[in-house]
Amino acid sequence: MTPREIAVLLLSVSAVFFAIVAAVGLIRLPDIYSRTHAASKSETLGAILALGAVAASYGFDYNALKVVLLLLFMFLTNPTAAHAIARAARERGIEPWTTEDEP
Amino acid sequence: MIEAILLGAATAFVLTSLVGIYRVVVGPTMPDRVIAINFIGSNVVIVIALIAAAIGEPGALDIALVYALLNFLLSISISKFQVERGGAL
Repeated sequence: MTPREIAVLLLSVSAVFFAIVAAVGLIRLPDIYSRTHAASKSETLGAILALGAVAASYGFDYNALKVVLLLLFMFLTNPTAAHAIARAARERGIEPWTTEDEP
Repeated sequence: MIEAILLGAATAFVLTSLVGIYRVVVGPTMPDRVIAINFIGSNVVIVIALIAAAIGEPGALDIALVYALLNFLLSISISKFQVERGGAL
């Protein structure tokens, strides 16, 4: 295996791992705020690693520059969108989940 | 070899997107559904970029860029409509 193949393999495997973490968080966590937490952070890291794998597969050329721009765009917009959704949920009056014995 | 790795990663991302559909269908409140749609949209952007690199079609990267833009616009506009008009959807 060439070094480029090893880099692409490592980046892809870690991207898939973080995407699975985000999916599990989206299913298992109890309310909208914690689901936003899972879907913004893990999903953003998975996206960055996957697009990094794509950029590494292209090497140094024009297409890799396009992929890096896409990566930066997703790095900025994905947490912003999650924050906006959580804020809208807060203004709508959805109560955060708490345990029973908490005051 | 690189093509096989990228296609395998794309398959895994599609399977995790199917998990998001559960939250879209079940999700008790509207923001739950929006966050799940946002999750699926990000995964679709990644899958388009991975497949573009795997089949050697660099033009599809532009499609991924536009799709990321539309995905962001969808989340922001639904949140804004909710706050300003008290639940347009």
